[in-house]
Parts: sequence; C-alpha cells; structure tokens
Amino acid sequence: MPPMISVSALSKEFVLHTQGGARIPVFHQLDLEVTAGECVCLHGPSGAGKSTLLRSLYANYKPSSGHVRVVHGKDIVELGSAEPWQVIEVRRRTVGYVSQFLRVIPRVPALEVVAEPARLAGVPDAEAEKRARTLLGRLNIPERLWDLAPATFSGGEQQRVNVARGFALDYPILLLDEPTASLDAANRQVVVALIKEAKARGAAIVGIFHDAEVREAVADRLFEVAAYRRDAA
Amino acid sequence: MSALMLSETVGTPVRQPLMRATGVSKSYGETIGCLDVSFTLNPGEVIGIVGESGSGKSTLLNVLSAQLSPDTGTVEYDLRHKGMSDIFRLSEPDRRRLMRTDWGIVHQNPRDGLRMDVSAGGNVGERLMAIGARHYGEIRAEGLDWLAKVELDASRVDDKPKTFSGGMQQRLQIARNLVTRPRLIFMDEPTGGLDVSVQARLLDLLRGLVRELGIAAIVVTHDLAVVRLLADRLMVMRHGRVVEEGLTDQVLDDPHHPYTQLLVSSVLQV
Repeated sequence: MPPMISVSALSKEFVLHTQGGARIPVFHQLDLEVTAGECVCLHGPSGAGKSTLLRSLYANYKPSSGHVRVVHGKDIVELGSAEPWQVIEVRRRTVGYVSQFLRVIPRVPALEVVAEPARLAGVPDAEAEKRARTLLGRLNIPERLWDLAPATFSGGEQQRVNVARGFALDYPILLLDEPTASLDAANRQVVVALIKEAKARGAAIVGIFHDAEVREAVADRLFEVAAYRRDAA
Repeated sequence: MSALMLSETVGTPVRQPLMRATGVSKSYGETIGCLDVSFTLNPGEVIGIVGESGSGKSTLLNVLSAQLSPDTGTVEYDLRHKGMSDIFRLSEPDRRRLMRTDWGIVHQNPRDGLRMDVSAGGNVGERLMAIGARHYGEIRAEGLDWLAKVELDASRVDDKPKTFSGGMQQRLQIARNLVTRPRLIFMDEPTGGLDVSVQARLLDLLRGLVRELGIAAIVVTHDLAVVRLLADRLMVMRHGRVVEEGLTDQVLDDPHHPYTQLLVSSVLQV
C-alpha cells in the first residue's frame, strides 16, 4: 500500500518583501511518509517549522520546492501543482484540518458549523446533523449552545467545536494543530479517543501535540522538523 | 512508490469551464484599465478580485460582464446549447438574453440594479417575466419565496425599495438577480457602503445561497475578509495587471508578491 502522504525534498522559505526582502528559511529537503492508520507527531521547539509543515500538507502554504503528494480516492494528487479546484476537492473529501482557532462565521450556529464539512462532501443532511450532534455531545458542548453561533463561546468551547468539525467526516487524512491546547483533562481524553478511533479506521494522521500525555497516547512516532534546517545536516 | 509515481494523475481534469478570459486589456486613452488578464472560471467556482482603487478590478468586471468592450483579448462563455462562445461576437439580442437569464449582476449601489419606483415584489417578478413567466400567482409566489430567502419581511412585498434601508435594498437586489437561477453572478463591492453588522448578515446570506445553488461568482472587492469568506480563488490586481492568484487562503496566508504582502499586512485582522 502506498503511503497516504508522501513528502519529498520539500523546502520552504519565506521572503518578506515588506521587511527589506528578509529571508526566513524554515526547512530544507524534507522527506516524510505517513501510512494509513499511522499517527505522526511533529516535534521540536517553537519556531522549528511544525505549523509551517502542517500547513504545507494542507496546501495552505506553497512549497518553495519539492512535492507533497496525497492519495485522493484512486488518484495521487501533488498539491503544489494541482489546480485550485483540485485542492478544494482534496480538502472536501480527503484531508481534514483542525486548526488551533475556530474561524467563526457570523451567525452560523455551532451545529451547522460542525455538520457543514459532511454536507459539502455529499452526506445527506439528516445524517450529517446526527453525526454533528453525536460529536458535540461527546465533546461536552451543552446542548443549549448548539443552535447558537460560536462567536460568543469560550476559547475551550470554540476549540471543541473546531475538533468536532474536523471529525465530522471520516477523512482518510487528518492534520491536527494542537487540538487539545486549551482543553481540560476530561475533554483531552475525548479527543484522544477520537484520534484513536480515526487511526483504527485507517486514517493517516499528522499532528502537533504539546501535551506529553496526549502525545504518548496517540503518536506512533515523533518527527523532528528541526533536523531539516538548511544548516542542520 | 515509483510505479505509482509513474501513473500519477490528478483527479479527472476534464472540466468544461464556464468562462474563459484570454489576454483581456482595456484602457481609457492613456489610462490603463486592465492589462493582459487571462483566467478560467469553472462552474460553481467563486473567484475574488482584490486590489486598491484604480487597480483595474472594476474595469475587468465590467468587461467580463459585457458592460464594456475590451480593446484586445476575448471573453468566452459556455452558452447553453452552443458551448464556448465569444460574448462580444454575439448578436445584441443574444447578449441581452444571456445577461438577463444566465447571468446576474449585483451592483455596489442597489440603485443601479433595482427599479426604485417598482414594488419589491415587482422588482423580483419582473426578471421572471423577462424570461417568459406569465402566471401572476406563480410569479408572486416565487417573489415572496425569494424575499424570504434574503430575509425580507413578506409584509414589505408591495413597498417600493426607496423606503428600504441600504442593507435591505442590497438583499432585494440579490433576490432580483438570483430568481432566474443564473449560472454566473457578478458582484461589485457587494457589501460596500453597508454597516459592519449588516455586512456580516449579507455575507453569510450570500455564502449560503451561492453554495446551496452552486452558482459561480466573480466578486470584486477591496475587503479581504469578504473574499476569505466567499471566494475559492483569488486574483490580486495592481496597475491593471494580475500580480498574484491562487487558492484564497493560500494567497492570503502565504502571499508571495510584494504588493500582496503589503495588502495582507496592512489589514488589522483578516
């Protein structure tokens, strides 16, 4: 079986034109493969490029050079050269992303925020909503909040809505950026359980987990991003 | 792995585009409007065009929507039953029919897109009659349905738009444009001139309608938050040229062109 995610010779450098053309190299010639059912934890100190790598896997950041390939249905899509609509298709069906912060859409209720990805992927409304209810319930979001827009929710509640949204569809690939950062112990355990279930159904997962307990519970291996600094080798 | 890499394919790239612009330029005497703009729009895709005043984005929109002829370049559109056709080579009646039925144009100022002396229901119904609807009861029912969709109270159906607030007028203009189920809608600063709270409501509404109906849209704005919410793809214009384009979140979160970086860094929060 081919790896679900295959990163080869990926380099990323930011050029800040508004600051005198300053160059910020992040990583250089990075290789990474992630297979189905595997959870890789991006590791390293702050500034090592963990989030940059995770965003590159979602095509949110453009590689300076190198390739990011993902298995999408029967195809393999190279995200750097794919057309925008193809990337959108990959995101709709294959790659889920849980960011650190919920991007709140004015007026859209929490239940709808969570159900949306499944509906956009073609899951019937009733089923998508049922799944959303189950997830919000498991993540201990009080039912009285489900019909409200999450704008006024606490940070932890917003993050749990965000996690629920990320698990609303059984994505073959999941990217998790500190999904437990502002959660209490009980909710951290719920997220751990969700990640384990995703692995069990064969999802390939790449995540940033600062919490050692969570990391040990879910990660199959650590990936040191800092090892790919240009001056590292 | 190597075997798979050899057979590497990307989706099924056989997609019939809805619109294709090739080398579109338009100037006003010495002043450049837009310069050598090319792009392809797929069905159901929402594309945002951003840039500061004078960047040529409104000129481009006016050319794409056949309100202005380009000096050079072509704009092709996937006409029903005819396929890709240059819109500036159509006969005047054919072009008018296209604009009335398959397209919608939402102007920044609702006064440019509404008939201010005709009732709200009439503004919506008129578009239906223009494409052949004749049954009064059905037209009125459809009109009321659309007023509800854009969250206008049914009790206002017989009122004239001049008695409406700016936000209500803009929502009525959207209903008037969407009632004929166009495949493509052009929007010029759709939230310009509205209070922030009204903007959010309008954006949310537009986002829902565009996704629900699968309409393609070309949205010109200087507001990056608007494109973040609405657009799949983004084109950044400066001095008449497209300086950067790509997935909306990619262009906004990882801008490469100096001008895009300036634009993004100048906003407090997108």
